[in-house]
Amino acid sequence: MIVEADELVPVRCSDDVVRARQAVRAKAVAAGFSLVDQTKIITAASEIARNTVDYGGGGTLRIEVLRNGQRCVVRLTFRDQGPGIPDISLAMQDGYTSGQGLGLGLSGAKRLVNEFAITSAPGQGTEVILARWK
Amino acid sequence: MAEIPILKIGDCLLVSIQVDMHDRLAMALQDDLTQRIVQDRARGVMIDISALEIVDSFIGRMLNNIAAMSRVLDAVTVVVGMRPAVAITLVELGLTLTGVRTALNVDKGLAMIRTIIDRGEQEDDRRGG
Amino acid sequence: MAETQSLFLTLIDKHQSALLDDWLDRMARGSASGAALRRDDGTLDQAKRFLDQLRRSTRHGQLEDINAADWAPMRELLEDVSRARVVQGFSPTETATFVFSLKQPLFQLLRREIGSADRLADEIWTATRLLDSLGLYTIECHAKTREELIGRQQQELLELSTPVVQLWDGILALPLIGTLDSARTQIVMESLLERIVASGAEIAIIDITGVPTVDTLVAQHLIKTISAARLMGADCILSGIRPQIAQTIVHLGLELNVVSKATMADALALALRRSGKTIQDRPAPTPRQND
Repeated sequence: MIVEADELVPVRCSDDVVRARQAVRAKAVAAGFSLVDQTKIITAASEIARNTVDYGGGGTLRIEVLRNGQRCVVRLTFRDQGPGIPDISLAMQDGYTSGQGLGLGLSGAKRLVNEFAITSAPGQGTEVILARWK
Repeated sequence: MAEIPILKIGDCLLVSIQVDMHDRLAMALQDDLTQRIVQDRARGVMIDISALEIVDSFIGRMLNNIAAMSRVLDAVTVVVGMRPAVAITLVELGLTLTGVRTALNVDKGLAMIRTIIDRGEQEDDRRGG
Repeated sequence: MAETQSLFLTLIDKHQSALLDDWLDRMARGSASGAALRRDDGTLDQAKRFLDQLRRSTRHGQLEDINAADWAPMRELLEDVSRARVVQGFSPTETATFVFSLKQPLFQLLRREIGSADRLADEIWTATRLLDSLGLYTIECHAKTREELIGRQQQELLELSTPVVQLWDGILALPLIGTLDSARTQIVMESLLERIVASGAEIAIIDITGVPTVDTLVAQHLIKTISAARLMGADCILSGIRPQIAQTIVHLGLELNVVSKATMADALALALRRSGKTIQDRPAPTPRQND
């Protein structure tokens, strides 16, 4: 795997969510993604970024662009030190929300990307990794 | 005062969302729209999202809220100008816009509102996007 | 050791033009098909660059590992050679002939110039190992380029097999042929939505006469496509429902949430009605007076 780009972006407030989207867009465009693929990864990023701000107390987003042979991958890693998610499978269900949301953040984002991984436990914060390739 | 301008076209209100919305702006828009519907006795609300490259669940929630409030005030909400890439992503995301009708552009949106108002029906159809 | 390794390279330098001649000759003769690697300017140019690059890549005496940095320009050259051959329709063997046909002329040269049998054996061995790796590399490149080409052709085929047709003002038809998997669904959605934007159509007839089976997955794909069209302000009518399909849909308890008709003709009639249009017979022509 060759790392073509690696950027760390803070995700602490509502304005950061907007900035995170723009940063992801820039990388997706540079990686040569089609318009639909761009839209999908940016929307997924927006969902998780909002979760990070609203439920995780703020955190960081690491955007990596990797090349594996012919394949170009954009990988997003969201990390926060918030309260963590007590029941991940419950949180991943469509419509489940512990706040005011539509409950689509995690489950929806998962459908928009090729690879999705989440690690979280009460008191240990949350890490969500999303990856999409051409 | 809203940072997003609300225009009046006959008995309809037209909102054009041009910028990446953050929370404060979204709340302000919902408040302003509600006030204007009452103030202008609007029968239709048209939200033009042709400038939006992304519609996530936050924006989706905002649109649903606006539609719900309009309905209570007896106004029809139509979202126009959705981009194809956005529509495909929304469908994949699993987001349904409840109580929100959609039309291709402002012209068709206005025609749709006209038809519905003229028919005198305020449908309870929850079949959204 | 370094001196021994570079002997055959020195010889290549000294006798370059004669070697080139022999090499190109061998290339033209070497393939089974008549139209093989002709002695054209392109091949001559590539052969010259190959020998040049050979000299440069072996500057540090490293002849073992062609994946090392020194060999990068050579690898690029071989990729270009392979790519050109793939596009021209050559087989992997024919492509590798570019490199392998250098062996015979080279060994003849070495036999003429090197007296000691041991020395000759060493040089031939080293040269063989190097040319073998380079030849095999061209075969790998050939395979990779072919895969890319096939991938592109598959994509084009996918796009061609989902045409969107305008039946009338504001009425589109999407006849689906073959199975509807997720890759196809993406293309179908993109084509349909783009056409809706371009034509301003408010009705899309999705015909599934050509879809062999409708199971839960296919139904999901259809529902996605219909939902996406609706978000663009176009309503959908499903047509081409064969009796078996209707039974399957009911048995599986699939909720398609869309008006469906047995034939496209029925769907078109409905679409025209919805658009506020009727079709009438023209009045019979009055008989002409013959003068």
